[in-house]
Amino acid sequence: MKRVGVWAALLVVTVAFGYPFWWLVSASLKDRAHVFDNTLLPRPFSPGNYVEVWQAVPLLTWIGNSVAVGLAAAAAATAASALVAFGFAMFRFRGRDLLFGVVLATMMLPAAVTMVPVYLEWHALGLATTQIPLWAQNLFGSAFYIFLLRQFFLGLPREVFDAAKVDGASAWRLFTSMALPLAKPGLVVVFVFELKAAWTDLVKPLIYLRDPQLYTLPRGLKAVLDRFGEGGEEQWELVLAASAIATVPMVLLFLVAQRHFVRGTVTQHVE
Amino acid sequence: MTVSGREARAGWLFLLPWVIGFLAFTAGPMLFSLWLSLTHYDMLKPPAFVGLENYREALADERVGTAMWNTVFFTALHVPSQIVLALGLASLLRRAGRGSGFFRTILYLPVMTPPVALAAMFLLLLNGQHGAVNGFLGWFGFQGPNWTTDPAWIKPGLVVMGLWTVGSTAVLYLAALTRVPVERYEAARLDGASPWRQFWHVTLPGISGTVYFTVVVNTIASLQVFTEAYAMFFGARAKQSAEGDAALFYVIHLFQEAFGSLRMGYASALAWGLFAVIAVITAVQVRLSRRYVHYEGDRS
Repeated sequence: MKRVGVWAALLVVTVAFGYPFWWLVSASLKDRAHVFDNTLLPRPFSPGNYVEVWQAVPLLTWIGNSVAVGLAAAAAATAASALVAFGFAMFRFRGRDLLFGVVLATMMLPAAVTMVPVYLEWHALGLATTQIPLWAQNLFGSAFYIFLLRQFFLGLPREVFDAAKVDGASAWRLFTSMALPLAKPGLVVVFVFELKAAWTDLVKPLIYLRDPQLYTLPRGLKAVLDRFGEGGEEQWELVLAASAIATVPMVLLFLVAQRHFVRGTVTQHVE
Repeated sequence: MTVSGREARAGWLFLLPWVIGFLAFTAGPMLFSLWLSLTHYDMLKPPAFVGLENYREALADERVGTAMWNTVFFTALHVPSQIVLALGLASLLRRAGRGSGFFRTILYLPVMTPPVALAAMFLLLLNGQHGAVNGFLGWFGFQGPNWTTDPAWIKPGLVVMGLWTVGSTAVLYLAALTRVPVERYEAARLDGASPWRQFWHVTLPGISGTVYFTVVVNTIASLQVFTEAYAMFFGARAKQSAEGDAALFYVIHLFQEAFGSLRMGYASALAWGLFAVIAVITAVQVRLSRRYVHYEGDRS
């Protein structure tokens, strides 16, 4: 009897959390007259919405921008954070723990505080309307990922590194030929996390991007929402088709990299 | 050079990227912003020093008051509802046995949705006349409110929408629950403790460190709420109406002052105001945690 209750509750959860996805795909395939009808299946079936929105806005350009920015952000964050995390995990020197405390403290710092001055920095460099500010900061590592990768490096067997040191291996060699291959699962976690973060972010594109040709997908989607949504042309089926196009890559990413996302989420709180 | 000297040098070389980034993108900007907050700066003329005028203006600005009230009100609803639902879902998934992987996927998938897509979807799902949420409430005889247009219901609507992305917190709790020693439940059962009492006296103390962590992190994030609300109620066709005011959160106001009106000095003062509020709230939470959080058994 108790099992039945648990499974009934799980069924409710599945429907509640799955329904919005089903609804999104279904409504994006309905015509304008039926987009609000909430029927499970799109009748009449109007896949033409996807063609129409594809022709109305430069979706392919935006997807390309998002892929480029996302890969740059993820690669930069992974490489730089691994470097820094290795420094914190493998070397003993004065001031190290204090500095690591500062890294942890920056995680708590509200991003809103540096939003304006960092924008002014990029403006002074003449790069404020390019895509560079969307990813270049990751070249210096990011606090949460440094924390996460340090955990990984600390978990590696110390003796292996000591033995290699005795054999005269340089710190760089220890890092590239031993630590990185061993910490690969951690690197994947950082890469997929940052890829997702960059793919879904609206704040930075809103601040920096002016030219629609440079928009990433979320910024483009906001433009679609402004133009075809409420107060606009009220063509919601186009908004939803574009929303589905923006969402599907993330769903696929999650399905292939699920355990990495779960691992990264869980590592957020291990002290 | 000594061994430890060489080790120190190598260590610092590895840390170098972060040190440069910290100076260029965190510490430097913070000092810069502190100074900017004492100036008028519109990016055309050089900054003009005005002392504390921006702060005085912010304290007197009605929109700042509205924005702060909206933000605190939203946070007070959003954080507890997230924590309670996540706890419930994690406890439920813990009982799912081998099926828990599937349900974890279902719970986490919404977290992957780009917030702008989320905004577009929920503008319709929460629609007063045609929305599925009110359709569902209608099955039980409730007449749902106009979540997206009635100023009194816009913030609760955003809270409801936030529940859909509770998965990351739930997954965190699920991991914490698996670390609570089974023997404690057995001991409690031997004492004849009901499931509710077990939850209250075994589960909650066992994961209180994790709960505390999520309360602090969610509160900080919630006080900076921006994307979904901005995507739904602001932008190119910004509504100069009651709806816009009801969804005017602090960071949205800051964003508009900075990048809409180019009042960089004033926006910097607003940012430090938010920083102060967040610091005070976090400090209170840290104090309270000393009384309620048990760390033993929650470490891994």
